[in-house]
Amino acid sequence: MPILFPLLLSALLFGVGLYGALARRNAVLSLIGVELMLNAVTLQLVAFDVALPATRSDHTGQTFALFIIAIAAAEIGLGLAIVLALFRARGTVDVDDVERVS
Amino acid sequence: MIVQSLFVVLAAITVTSAVLAVVSKQVVHAALWLVVTLGAIAGCFLLLGAELLAWVQVLVYVGAVVVLLVFALMLTRSPTGALSAEVTKNQPIAAVLGVLAALGMGATFIAGFGTDRIEGSGDGSATALGTAIFTHWVLAFEVLSVVLLAALVAAIAISHSAGDVSVEED
Repeated sequence: MPILFPLLLSALLFGVGLYGALARRNAVLSLIGVELMLNAVTLQLVAFDVALPATRSDHTGQTFALFIIAIAAAEIGLGLAIVLALFRARGTVDVDDVERVS
Repeated sequence: MIVQSLFVVLAAITVTSAVLAVVSKQVVHAALWLVVTLGAIAGCFLLLGAELLAWVQVLVYVGAVVVLLVFALMLTRSPTGALSAEVTKNQPIAAVLGVLAALGMGATFIAGFGTDRIEGSGDGSATALGTAIFTHWVLAFEVLSVVLLAALVAAIAISHSAGDVSVEED
């Protein structure tokens, strides 16, 4: 297939994820946008890994994609722990209501 | 030809469910649309030939990340019971930025890779990927396990200290 198919899909997903990360008030829903952006980049890495013959021996793209998935899992665990701590301290996870740290 | 048309179908499913995930008014619906998106992306991985990645994506993302998201959504409900999914006042700027990012990336790709093709499908079997990781990327793999451990310890530390009202001095 033309390499543009996965690349354009990845660009669209990135735009949608960026909107979601910025426009949502609930902190947990904002993390959904972040996950979409990470998936977009992962798809790009896999597409390039399959397309470029230079990387076929050490599979750079797919290895990096695997690392991205692992790091995304760690990041969302940590991010949600922070959101839960915030909820316990303030009673809300509305990002517009938690402007001050104190 | 079949692979191409399947990919277009999966791409349509992905984009539709991603848009629904970020605009849905019900919070749990948003998480469930994310499940559809992640599953469709795993299908795209399969079409490209990255089998191990497709199943790792389903296992880790759909199986762990989305479950964590739903847990967090349930645990952070406001006492009135209404699950809020409103938008910030930055919504128009966010929409513009999203469109700009998508268009910019799309234009870059079309300019740079407009005529390249993927021939066949790649080798994404566990053998190939495992060999690649453990011969070329061992150090990164070990560092990744340290990162996971650090994230785990930090998450426990945050949850633990947020629950205590007072810190006791020894």
